[in-house]
Amino acid sequence: MNPALPFALLKNSHPQKISGLRNTFAGKQFILLLVFVLLSPLSWAKEAAPVAEDPVIEKRMLALSEDLRCLVCQNESLAGSRADFANDLRREIREQMQSNKSDQEIIDFLVARYGDFVLYRPPVKPATYLLWGGPFVFLLTGAGILFFYLKRRRKQIEEPPLTEEQHRHAEALLKENKGNNA
Amino acid sequence: MTRFLLPLAAFIVLVVFLAVGLGLKPREVPSPLIGKPAPIFQSQLLHEPGKMLASQDNLGKVWLLNVWASWCVSCREEHPLLVELARSGIVPIYGLNYKDKRDLALQWLNQYGDPYTVSVVDPEGRIGIDYGVYGVPETYVIDKNGVIRHKQIGPVTVESLEKKILPLIKELQG
Repeated sequence: MNPALPFALLKNSHPQKISGLRNTFAGKQFILLLVFVLLSPLSWAKEAAPVAEDPVIEKRMLALSEDLRCLVCQNESLAGSRADFANDLRREIREQMQSNKSDQEIIDFLVARYGDFVLYRPPVKPATYLLWGGPFVFLLTGAGILFFYLKRRRKQIEEPPLTEEQHRHAEALLKENKGNNA
Repeated sequence: MTRFLLPLAAFIVLVVFLAVGLGLKPREVPSPLIGKPAPIFQSQLLHEPGKMLASQDNLGKVWLLNVWASWCVSCREEHPLLVELARSGIVPIYGLNYKDKRDLALQWLNQYGDPYTVSVVDPEGRIGIDYGVYGVPETYVIDKNGVIRHKQIGPVTVESLEKKILPLIKELQG
């Protein structure tokens, strides 16, 4: 509170004792800080607690759910979402894997319930032709427009040949110009 | 002339696409289960844990399956409508108490009224997965043959009741 106070304390009759106190105080603080810093990773580990009983299945489940959409947070994959719904579906996938279902069987199971919308790679079928073919249609249209545009421009750039009359006129102008400059 | 008309036409097309896009509801994912037999379930009743209800018990009548939970905020929104619908006796409403705790669910029904013929419990959301539930509340219209005819995603509204659900029920009952 009083900025002059520490200075005054240092200057009193027991300067060493007081600075020693200050040192132990800073030392305690430092140790406390160190303890907290070193302990904090433990608290992270507690929070992340993965329920992977079987690392092989867990890995397979994550790989599969990477390509599946969480319907609650639609821009997140099932693997990445923290929604309760995604949690349930991960559990479902894990259980089906434990009962030896193939990836395709699990995907079919999910599509039967939630539709193609769960797939980040929608299947090619009449409803998705435009989705899959659209970019190529745009590419071809763009290429076509570019082709015709360049063709037309070339025509515009090509100089029409001068007639005899224009030629003579131009030459005359050039000569006149030279004379003026000289 | 085309110099101005072409960009204008492109702009109008873009605006139309964006306007349509604004009106879409990406949260409402059409269910592939419509027109398919309702997934079979058998589960405990919320009020009487000793008793079970199987979905096949409802064969021969048109019924609604309403997925609800005490933690679900928008369930409160549709609840008065469901209570009113139940009172009218037009159609039996069965509740699927989704990922909830029994005491909280019972307390919730006491507070807001109980429109359900019975509610069955789905504490782990497994029946929910079979029905493709991803957002509570959801309501399914199931016909006499046990086929899902309509799915309402999100709260039932006066509009959805009058325009879709009630006419459909009438048609299915007829």
